[in-house]
Amino acid sequence: MSLPYSELLGLTEEPGESAPTLVMAFGTHVLGRPGFLHGGAIGGLLEMAAVAALQQVLAGEGAARIKPINLTVDYMRGGRDKPTRARGMVTRLGNRVANVEAIAWQDDPDRPIAAARMNYLIAR
Amino acid sequence: MTDAPIRTFDPVALFAHRFHGHGDTLGIVYHAHGPDWAELALPYDARLIGDQASGVIASGPILALMDMATSVGVWLKLDAFKAHATFDLRVDYLRPARPGRTVIGRGECYRITRSIAFVRGQAHDGDPADPLANVAGTFMATEGYW
Repeated sequence: MSLPYSELLGLTEEPGESAPTLVMAFGTHVLGRPGFLHGGAIGGLLEMAAVAALQQVLAGEGAARIKPINLTVDYMRGGRDKPTRARGMVTRLGNRVANVEAIAWQDDPDRPIAAARMNYLIAR
Repeated sequence: MTDAPIRTFDPVALFAHRFHGHGDTLGIVYHAHGPDWAELALPYDARLIGDQASGVIASGPILALMDMATSVGVWLKLDAFKAHATFDLRVDYLRPARPGRTVIGRGECYRITRSIAFVRGQAHDGDPADPLANVAGTFMATEGYW
């Protein structure tokens, strides 16, 4: 997780069996309107969680490169002044493309603040 | 020369007096605007890199840029600042942004109802005819747009 953009967001990683959980601390660097997370920071966190999930699934394959095709983000609740967690789930891994879902939450994973569906091109 | 219509919402002032937030952290600044659209600029910065080998910036900053540009587009079409939140946003990443280039994000609001504003936009890095991202989304006004 030494990517410059991960460092800009201030992400840390908690290992997980199927996918890692990424943690983003609250701060002015991810602030949108006063008191709330920026939608772009939440979206960026979801994308990084999706990529991390895909990388974990592809870990045995060596040099596969991942390119984003598109994403759709639904914002469900405002992100408040507390840590935000996000985890991705690879719903289908094909030869050339992968479908990945990710959710972001603060207190309870069953009450997500945002969810995203993402499609990736895999260059093997 | 005809007089320009008097407008109350001024995106230049909005960006001149911004509090420090995610947009400032990414380096997003005002670029241009019209009656229902805004263009914001995201200068290339090594801190935004998402692929070390190529130096291409991550997709997250482009999403943030388009989220902000479309949001300002709504306030321009309304000609007023109203509290609202992104409800959903879809981004198609047509091609990588070229390392070293400033990304320009143009967001347009093409329809507003009392609760929901509909937006679309494109991002490019020099040639508007060669876009790198296309977006569509909605915003929801917490207290209604009117």
